[in-house]
Amino acid sequence: MSSLSYLRRRAINGLMLVLSYGSALLGVAMLLLILLYTVGRGAAAINWDFFVRLPRPPGETGGGIANAIVGSFIVVGVASAMAIPVGIMAGIYLSEFGRGRFASVVRYFADVLNGIPSIVAGIVAYAIVVLPMHGFSAFSGGVALAILMLPIITRTSEELLKTVPGTIREAALALGIPQWKVTIFVVLRTALTGIITGVMLAVARVGGETAPLLFTAFNNSFLSLRLDQPISTMTVLIYNYASSPYRDWNEIAWGAAFVLIAIVLIVNVVSKLFTKTKYAL
Amino acid sequence: MAKKLVIEHLNAWFGAVQAIRDITIDIEENGVTAVIGPSGCGKTTFVRCLNRIHEVVDNAMVSGRVMLDGVDIYSKTSDPVLVRRRIGMVFQKPNPFPTMSIFENVAAGVKLNGVRRKDRIADTVERSLKSAALWEEVKDKLHKPATTLSGGQQQRLCIARTIAIEPEVVLMDEPASALDPISTARIEELIQQIKERYTIVIVTHNMQQAARVSDYTGFFLLGELIEFDRTSDIFTNPRDKRTEDYITGRFG
Repeated sequence: MSSLSYLRRRAINGLMLVLSYGSALLGVAMLLLILLYTVGRGAAAINWDFFVRLPRPPGETGGGIANAIVGSFIVVGVASAMAIPVGIMAGIYLSEFGRGRFASVVRYFADVLNGIPSIVAGIVAYAIVVLPMHGFSAFSGGVALAILMLPIITRTSEELLKTVPGTIREAALALGIPQWKVTIFVVLRTALTGIITGVMLAVARVGGETAPLLFTAFNNSFLSLRLDQPISTMTVLIYNYASSPYRDWNEIAWGAAFVLIAIVLIVNVVSKLFTKTKYAL
Repeated sequence: MAKKLVIEHLNAWFGAVQAIRDITIDIEENGVTAVIGPSGCGKTTFVRCLNRIHEVVDNAMVSGRVMLDGVDIYSKTSDPVLVRRRIGMVFQKPNPFPTMSIFENVAAGVKLNGVRRKDRIADTVERSLKSAALWEEVKDKLHKPATTLSGGQQQRLCIARTIAIEPEVVLMDEPASALDPISTARIEELIQQIKERYTIVIVTHNMQQAARVSDYTGFFLLGELIEFDRTSDIFTNPRDKRTEDYITGRFG
């Protein structure tokens, strides 16, 4: 009797193990599939010109996506310039000073904002920036992405600051250091590597957004560095070129997808390295 | 000897719970005053009131007076930041700043209080580490993370960090309770060495420690000060029955 139930338990244990390993494998396989497929299809399009030239009309060979690469960095840069300082400061408020009702409301709103579909952020940016400015612009694209980044950075910063033990705050206060210096030079510093990681992941995340840019940053066939003009981005370029009927444009889309994924991967790996410093908490 | 701290009718609460009741006690300058008592008797809360660190906890409250050289640290015009520069604190668990090196830990107090001159900071760090009997062990690895030190070394580092800002009073909240006997002995030795320059208040649940290091001892029970006297008198000739029961190990 008892040995039978033991065998039965062992059999079920084995089955469950296979199922969980299988599920884990499936998850990893998806990533590998995306990577291999993108590399396989995209790597062929990659050459020096691809990074430094502008797109050519369909039918003409050569050309590149320099405008889209530069554009993506500009739009994400604008978003970061707005969302990173505000997000970290909001995180500091929630973690260090946020007590009571207002803080829970802010926390709740940040969570809801986090779940908002990215296209909605695009519509909002369209309404509050594009319409008043009478035109698509790199700046409005940055605003749309900033809306998406803000709650991620706020909540990550808050969570990481909260992992700093209260004893560290007390040790600093007991040295006669004013509260604001304790917050910035001791607490924030202690959590900094983690916060940098969170920020980089947020940057990588919005760098891959397309929908909110379609009617904000819009598109531009030429290299533009102006914030008040439409600008090309890698994601919108992929969207346009992949759905076009021209084969060579499809190839460029694959190449751009490859570059985008490579950038996201690099950001991820670099942020992982950051957390492995010897001073990590 | 002069009275460094005069504490009158000190009460402290956590929300609705009163942790200490009507404590009145004088702390002698350049002496070591020990605070003993069973767990939960309010001895930690008591010393945390002396540098205004009690009030940083949510819902914590204090009433009464704590006179430092005759001036009430709880008066409306008293700045808690300035109070804490004069009354330093060493905590129960060693709590070096984890992302800072040994050097930066000791320098933190002076640096963040506005000292910029590198040579002055380096001097302070060396002097403080020497005072804390840690210099010889760490002088070749000042720029290693403080977390690489052993528990006993970390606690001496925290003592160095505290005396680096040159306080007048050093509060120690069970500074050796997380340490092994050898590290404990070193901390006690250290207390003997630095007491000439500082007024020390040490919380301990170890009565032998109180007897070894202190000149005066206060016995706390359930938030009240039961007896306060010269250490030799408390341990040889306690006036209160409860003190006698506690020090002879009948309870607590």
